[in-house]
Amino acid sequence: MQDGRKIRVLIAKPGLDSHDRGAKVVARALRDAGMEVIYTGLRQTAEQIVETALQEDVDVIGLSILSGAHKTLFPRIMGLLKKQGLTDVMVFAGGIIPEEDVSEMKRLGIKEIFGPGTTTEEIIRYVTDNLPKRD
Amino acid sequence: MTKTEEIINGVLNGDRKSIAKAITIIENNMPEAQELIAQIFPHTGKAHVIGLTGAGGAGKSTLIEKIVREYRRKGKTVGVIAVDPTSPFTGGAFLGDRIRMQELATDEGVYIRSMATRNYAGGISKATKDAAKILDAAGKDVVIVETVGAGQSEVEIVKVAQTIVVMHAPGLGDEIQAIKAGIMEIADIFVVNKADRENADKTAMDIQAMLQMSNKKGGWKPPVLKTVALTGEGVPELIEKLEEHRCFLEGDVECRESLLKTKAEAELLEAIKERISRALIDQLKREGKFDELLQEILKKKIDPASAAEKLVKKAIKNA
Repeated sequence: MQDGRKIRVLIAKPGLDSHDRGAKVVARALRDAGMEVIYTGLRQTAEQIVETALQEDVDVIGLSILSGAHKTLFPRIMGLLKKQGLTDVMVFAGGIIPEEDVSEMKRLGIKEIFGPGTTTEEIIRYVTDNLPKRD
Repeated sequence: MTKTEEIINGVLNGDRKSIAKAITIIENNMPEAQELIAQIFPHTGKAHVIGLTGAGGAGKSTLIEKIVREYRRKGKTVGVIAVDPTSPFTGGAFLGDRIRMQELATDEGVYIRSMATRNYAGGISKATKDAAKILDAAGKDVVIVETVGAGQSEVEIVKVAQTIVVMHAPGLGDEIQAIKAGIMEIADIFVVNKADRENADKTAMDIQAMLQMSNKKGGWKPPVLKTVALTGEGVPELIEKLEEHRCFLEGDVECRESLLKTKAEAELLEAIKERISRALIDQLKREGKFDELLQEILKKKIDPASAAEKLVKKAIKNA
């Protein structure tokens, strides 16, 4: 009698900016789409985010950043995920990430980047369609 | 070694990733869940399992962060299970208790897991009890279970924890609230949080007065403590009482045995209930009676309660 797997998502705010409206809107939208959303709160280090993802056994991580520090923090997060053997977790990002950085971020293993103007429906659809196969 | 055996071994060695996977297995009630619990069960019973309950906004998560720090200072390892509600409409959940505890995220002696109720009633989720067992078997000295913001009758936590802390904050109600049955009856320790606010003394006094009316003889007398979770004021005293209660449970053999018996009894009853209802419902569906009556309900020929009575009476006779 399997109760069915719920999609667990970690919404995390790495770095020092405190603009969390976007993160909360996305968290709420994913919640309303039937997912279990864990929110870290503001000003998280890469270590905190990866350790939280591990303990909470999430399927998806959404990173929200508006400070411009993505080029420092995202490589660190992706590196730690790899180190912990969490390569089967799907990572997407949102916030302010300049167009010219997008391909570099995707090379790190970040699956998609959602900039300003993205609708919550797009994010929900993307998460649902790109769920990783995890054991 | 099978995958499940690997996870079990990992749990018993305190490996954090194995703990995470094990909790997911029981939370999703996957096929290997029963074996997993059966294997770790002999390794449980060492941790002090503490339940923390109280109204939403009383300060449970904030207080837990301070409690964990205090236990860590004493060299103890701690597991935390924080439960938040699942939406009855969408099935989704926003698990926000961690926000208050994130500074503990990278402490290797601390493991925090958020769980959604998944529409289980009583203030916790169905898998919370087994998740506590996993953290116990993983060697955590203390396991703290935070219920959803609980009102009056969410008392399922008594089946999980050995020591129950019921939290209040000033301004949530008068002495009439304190006399009510339910959550007020399960407390081993009362905490009035936000003690720096007006009326905190009055709240503590109302609870004291309620306790004095109780005619429970002998045994443990629930203390009423005051804390300010934001600053950590009163937390060392709370830890002292928690330890005292643990000793009380361990020292008094009879009391401990009856506590364990009650807990085992509740678990056994629940397991039986679940299996009986599952078997009955399966049987009814197989016989086609279920759909037949469902159609009659839709046509307003019979109401659901009468239909259920009809079905169950017949099924029990056949069983």
